[in-house]
Amino acid sequence: MNHDEQSVAAPVTQLETGYEAMAQKTDTEGHDNHFSLIVNVDGVHCAACIQKIESALKSEENITHARLNYSTQRLRIEWNGTAALANKYVRKIENLGYEVHPYQPETYAEDIKKQEQFLLLCLGVAGFATGNIMLLSVGVWSSTAETMGLATREFMHLISAMIGIPTIIFSGRPFFYSAYNALKSKRTNMDVPISVALCLTCLMSLYEISRHGTHVYFDSAVMLTFFLLIGRYLDFRAQKTARTAATHLLDALSGFATILEGKTTKRIPISELKEGMVLLLPIGSQCPVNGTVIDGISQIDMALVSGETIPADIKNGDPIYAGIINLQAPLQVKVTKKAEESLISDIVKLMEKAEQNQSAYVRIADKAARLYTPAVHSLALIAFIGWWLLGGILWQDAMLIAITVLIITCPCALGLAVPVVQVLATGKLMKDGILVKSGDALERLASIDTIIMDKTGTLTTGQIQLQGAYLPRAHKMAASLANYSRHPLSVALQRSWSESLFNISEIKEHPGKGIEAVYRGRKIRLGSRKWCGNQNAPVTDRLELWLHKEGSEPAVFYFQDSLRPDARSTIESLNQKGLKTILLSGDRYDIVADIATQANIRDYYGDTTPPEKFNLIEKHKEDGHKILMIGDGLNDAPALMAADISMAPGTAIDISQNAADIIFMGRSFSPVRRAYNIARKTQNLIRQNFLLAVMYNIIAIPLAFMGYVTPLIAALAMSGSSLLVIANSFRLKLSA
Amino acid sequence: MNILIFLIPLALLLGFAGLAAFIWAIKSGQYEDLDGAARRILIDDDDQTTSER
Repeated sequence: MNHDEQSVAAPVTQLETGYEAMAQKTDTEGHDNHFSLIVNVDGVHCAACIQKIESALKSEENITHARLNYSTQRLRIEWNGTAALANKYVRKIENLGYEVHPYQPETYAEDIKKQEQFLLLCLGVAGFATGNIMLLSVGVWSSTAETMGLATREFMHLISAMIGIPTIIFSGRPFFYSAYNALKSKRTNMDVPISVALCLTCLMSLYEISRHGTHVYFDSAVMLTFFLLIGRYLDFRAQKTARTAATHLLDALSGFATILEGKTTKRIPISELKEGMVLLLPIGSQCPVNGTVIDGISQIDMALVSGETIPADIKNGDPIYAGIINLQAPLQVKVTKKAEESLISDIVKLMEKAEQNQSAYVRIADKAARLYTPAVHSLALIAFIGWWLLGGILWQDAMLIAITVLIITCPCALGLAVPVVQVLATGKLMKDGILVKSGDALERLASIDTIIMDKTGTLTTGQIQLQGAYLPRAHKMAASLANYSRHPLSVALQRSWSESLFNISEIKEHPGKGIEAVYRGRKIRLGSRKWCGNQNAPVTDRLELWLHKEGSEPAVFYFQDSLRPDARSTIESLNQKGLKTILLSGDRYDIVADIATQANIRDYYGDTTPPEKFNLIEKHKEDGHKILMIGDGLNDAPALMAADISMAPGTAIDISQNAADIIFMGRSFSPVRRAYNIARKTQNLIRQNFLLAVMYNIIAIPLAFMGYVTPLIAALAMSGSSLLVIANSFRLKLSA
Repeated sequence: MNILIFLIPLALLLGFAGLAAFIWAIKSGQYEDLDGAARRILIDDDDQTTSER
């Protein structure tokens, strides 16, 4: 094959897919050959997409079931016949214009599903119990033993116990498990006092029933469980959105690759690529493994790996890394490292390492619990000893007072103080196109003092654009040629020209040089300075393309990646708030310096590799800084994980969106400032909520201490304090 | 007050019926695709029913 002159845009033929290996044999009545397959479908946006895919499949004779889950974008197909039919069905969906990826059921995704169902079930049971137990309680509270009769009241108490105890045992499990795990690792969290209070409430109420007492507390315990579970479920839902994106990424990495065996091609799963195999890398596709080029000359896009914006040349014998995109001509690559050992996997490993460090972060609620748990438990102990030894009452009565102290201080308001504000804040940010993956992300964001950001695609729009104005005729000619190339500069040229094109012929792409065509019998070239430019023209920092028409002077076109429109003003206002800003890029030093000046950033680093970025962040962290990392590329992913808190634009690749705590949409950079401001406000409100909860305790504890607290007071005080905290949290909605 | 012996179990029974329906809904996967359900309502399935099995 002659690589110097290749015909352009040879379509990549649809090779034999390998889905038959993934079809699962399922047992159903009456059919021996019943198969099912789950695949990920990309590009589903609306109801029409669901219908198009499902009805296309259902029109097939053998299909018994086809349903697309819109939330997870997974399609489940069931059919009778042979496993090989799977390929036919997948191709049918691909022909409709959707991209299909193999889905490998990971335990991770299954775990999330189970957890959600578990929480939802606990919540449902608690809700049912709360409704029913309150029906009884209203009757008990609003009457006395005289009006109601002792026997009736005890009957009511018994029913309360019958509803309350199973509910606490069933729905309290999320708290019990979490408390147990915390205690096992010698920590305390908010769930410890919650669990203790729930258990003691039940025990004391049982004791009260056994001695025909007047007060039982089952209703309070069940209501508390219900309220807290609502907070827990909301928090979980917010985190789940992000986790779904994560599982998508793993699926994309587990796609197919085409290999050359002798003279035939074969499509195999990426996970089965081995050293020594010859991989065919078509134009526009991403290299899944590390390898060496053995045939072909092309240009590659290194943006994901190094952050470099300018495509690099590649030829026989050059190494090629996983994540690189082939731009110009098909390549044959000899695999040197398996997929799981390649660069992407290295990055994933770095991320895992960083993730472990991050789990050491202590949530504010747990910090509060650390102080709160011993304080409350020792207060109860003091109440017990005080009343028993000094107060001179029976130890049973002293115990009752001690338990009342525990119940009245039960952290209902404290438990709501954090999740309510965080759910409101994430909802508010969501409306602005800022997706916060977990509540504690806002806590961490509020505490930062340094912002480190990537350049390409983060501070800039990541789209190379044509700069300046050119002669319409030259512009039109350049666009006509560029139309036949996938080179990023050509794509930028295409974008800049929206009118009609010249009718050119004999188009040839010369890898590493440019593109050539014939117009009205004259040769025209669009490409590098060396190939068709004016060698004597002054050299600038900017990216350039030269247009040369036979018999006339070459014309030059300049390109640049431009700043996000409000980047400078956002950086300035962040600086005014006392935050330090640093630009950290894998791109060439002079380009980084230029963008840094434009955005008014004083500290900048160029030519950094992913491990260097990671180390730089670690170093800043060791110096005691709290860091927000903003990045979008594969090369930023470890740094995103290493930072205290991270953000990624919505255009970022999946792996970075997965690594980041917050994702922002749109072309503007101001969401960074917006998220920071809201995070600060959220943090203030949380502090106020804690203060309110503590104030409530300061009033309620002495009353409980003196033995004045009845169930009515306990219930009123508890819901009163919770409502107060919720109302205070809603102030977030009022602020702009 | 004897009426309570009937009324309270009756109230509980109704509650249980609701709870059972909820548990059934979770188990049969109705909470797995909340976004999809919102969009499927827009699908006009007249021509689809013939191929539905």
